[in-house]
Amino acid sequence: MDLVETGKPGELLPHVASGARSLSWWGMALLIATEATLFALLIASYWYLRFRAGPVWPPHGIEKPSLGLPLIMSGILWSSSIPAHWADRAIQKGSQFRLRLGLMLSWMLGATFLLLQIFAEYPHSLKINPPSSGSYGTLFFSITGLHGAHVAVGLLVSLWVQARAWQGAFDEHRHVSVQNFVMYWHFVDIVWVFVLATIYLSPRFL
Amino acid sequence: MTTLADRPSERLEQLWAEEPGLGTWLSTVDHKRLAKKYLYTAITFLILGGIEASVMRLQLAHSNLKLLDPETYNQLFTMHGITMIFLFAVPVFSGFGVYMIPLMIGSREMAFPRLNAFTYWGFVAAGIFMYSSFLIGKAPDGGWFNYPPLTSQSFSPGPNIDFYALGLIFLGLASTGAAINFITTILKMRAPGMTLNRMPIFVWGELAMQVSILFAQPALTLATVMLMLQRHWHWHFFDPGAGGDALLWQHLFWIFGHPLVYIVLLPGLGIVATILPTFARRPMVGYTWVVLAEMATAFIGFGVWVHHMFATGLPSLALSFVSLTSFLVAIPSGIQVFAYLATLVTGKPKLTTPMLYVLGFILIFVIGGVSGVMTASVPLDQTVTDSYFVVAHFHYIMGGVALFPTLAALYYWGPKMFGRLLDERWGKISFWLTFIGFNLAFFPMHILGVIGMPRRTYTYASHLGWDSWNLTETIGTFIMGVGILITIVNLVRSTRRGEPAGNDPWDADTLEWATTSPPADYDFETIPEVRSLHPLWDQPELKDGAQPPELGGRPLAHGHRVLATSLLDAKPEAVVDMPHESLWPFFLTVGLMGFFYGALTRIGLVAALGGFVSLVSIVGWIWPRGQTQEM
Repeated sequence: MDLVETGKPGELLPHVASGARSLSWWGMALLIATEATLFALLIASYWYLRFRAGPVWPPHGIEKPSLGLPLIMSGILWSSSIPAHWADRAIQKGSQFRLRLGLMLSWMLGATFLLLQIFAEYPHSLKINPPSSGSYGTLFFSITGLHGAHVAVGLLVSLWVQARAWQGAFDEHRHVSVQNFVMYWHFVDIVWVFVLATIYLSPRFL
Repeated sequence: MTTLADRPSERLEQLWAEEPGLGTWLSTVDHKRLAKKYLYTAITFLILGGIEASVMRLQLAHSNLKLLDPETYNQLFTMHGITMIFLFAVPVFSGFGVYMIPLMIGSREMAFPRLNAFTYWGFVAAGIFMYSSFLIGKAPDGGWFNYPPLTSQSFSPGPNIDFYALGLIFLGLASTGAAINFITTILKMRAPGMTLNRMPIFVWGELAMQVSILFAQPALTLATVMLMLQRHWHWHFFDPGAGGDALLWQHLFWIFGHPLVYIVLLPGLGIVATILPTFARRPMVGYTWVVLAEMATAFIGFGVWVHHMFATGLPSLALSFVSLTSFLVAIPSGIQVFAYLATLVTGKPKLTTPMLYVLGFILIFVIGGVSGVMTASVPLDQTVTDSYFVVAHFHYIMGGVALFPTLAALYYWGPKMFGRLLDERWGKISFWLTFIGFNLAFFPMHILGVIGMPRRTYTYASHLGWDSWNLTETIGTFIMGVGILITIVNLVRSTRRGEPAGNDPWDADTLEWATTSPPADYDFETIPEVRSLHPLWDQPELKDGAQPPELGGRPLAHGHRVLATSLLDAKPEAVVDMPHESLWPFFLTVGLMGFFYGALTRIGLVAALGGFVSLVSIVGWIWPRGQTQEM
């Protein structure tokens, strides 16, 4: 490990930090904290307007959202966290191959989710409840859209981290960028739990 | 890199120096240079907000004046609020923080220097963006809290509200970045030995401020994005006709807006608790209590937003609950005021200019606190809501804390930043003018409110009997303005001709006084090891230059480096390389500016171009440049 002198007699400290010892890990953790607040407030706005709207929800005879495709999408998105986690573990042991493979697999799963959302789920929902039709459609698209935007940003960041991984920029000590990306990716997947529960499940069961 | 010199101080100079002048004016990442920009910019906005206030006071000096038409008056009070809150109060405390936090915690930089540059440029750009609305005579006019339906497309078709919403979204990006930067710096870069219970109270105040921003800012960003989507894309958040609810805006706005009061208050109180013990010549009484009170205030601040909505017809159970939490704020505030008084009474106070400003603030804070306790009561609030009583209350709290601790800090820390003392005689004159003017301007507002003058009225009839109080306020405003201008002139003159300050002109206890004034590019020749809450009072070696390595000082002179330490007990954990100057934060700001102007004018090409420049800037920013710049 890369140790350097601090100038205090006899003291050597690591020059490369990862996890909670690294500054950028804290930067990412705090970014996630503020983003989580943003999602919490948006989802709270859904519940606020939903209960102000009266007993029938969705209103005005809009059909309840279908569950089949969203559940498949959920499975795909959540399973993308597994190879991401695996890649994070791998680079801590110095395995370049498993790092690259894991990141690529999770990217493909995430991209599949986003493509399904844009090309299979949205056209259907746009037909029955476009955002300009009323608060229900507005909330539907603002919540799923904000989440989708986070998936898209995650995919872009993943491409960057993958490019760096193929350059061999990471090893068992120097990998905080991988950790930060994986932390963000898990966050985006966890948010989807609340999006799924609010948007797709609650109109059926509440 | 050229070969490094042998002496650590020369080597540090080589490693940390930035070229002075225009070359690095745009690309600097030095926290001291950026902080000065923050302060100059915030003071410029203070002057602009002050001009807006003065023009309004002229209009109100007498009944039935026709100096301003109602529309201009609306724009002025809206921009006055936005300016004083978003472009002066918050940035000025961030500016003092950016300068002082790395020094007070014994480090050499903020955790993310380029982010620090971006948050400064973003603040300037968002301010310019909002002020550019004056060029076409369409400044925001919905009040600083901008309630729909007044601000919906049907009632405000012009671009006024778009300037407001987009400008605040832009500014929110910058404040969120600053919050992340401050919190990481405070938690992870304190000098070895500066455990959490040895952290100066100002650093605690900044921590509370920035944590509050981190959790409050999303509410404002969300509300303003919703408003834009509703105005231009016909999405429905706030219009009851399509299932929306106008109160949703009020909830979101005040979930941000009330914590914002403490975002401004807490660093201000931190400045008070820094200056007071220095000039009372004794440690702060009840350090732990004061720190806990600050944290408690920040926490309670997230549970009182509904007291801004007492008159909106919410269920009375909600009102009672929030009335209770609002009364609760008095407890931590009271603890702090009594700790100040105890420190004063048991010390040997020296009435220097910073001390006068602090004492003046305590009085103002108590008056504002008393009217705060009054308005926490639902029936009283419903009576005085939207009257000048409320205007008086929040000017005593927000105006008092944004002004007096800031001016105190200019006199107190100015010598550290510029190496020269400010003139005391003019300082005292400025204090008395500012203090007397402030009370003349704002105290009569309580009376006017109680006898029925509504806020935001652009004129009033003569038979109402409001003339003399209003004239008093106008005179007070101009006296206060002269006081503030004297301070600004004093500052400019003293930075050139003042007496040299020396390292520690006030014999203070915190680490920023353990280095030269102004500090060298590298801040400290050795990163000090801290063994006390009052390092300069208890560790004599810190008073005579760099702490030698035998006593714990770490030169860290083999690179452009800082020390990362553990969160609770500040044990050294790692050595971190810091990035050098970069133009990318500035380019990112330019790109975002283009994007926001594109969104404002609804010209897709401009927005797309701005977005593209932003993206390129981000790639340029994170582009690998050897080990120092890894993300």
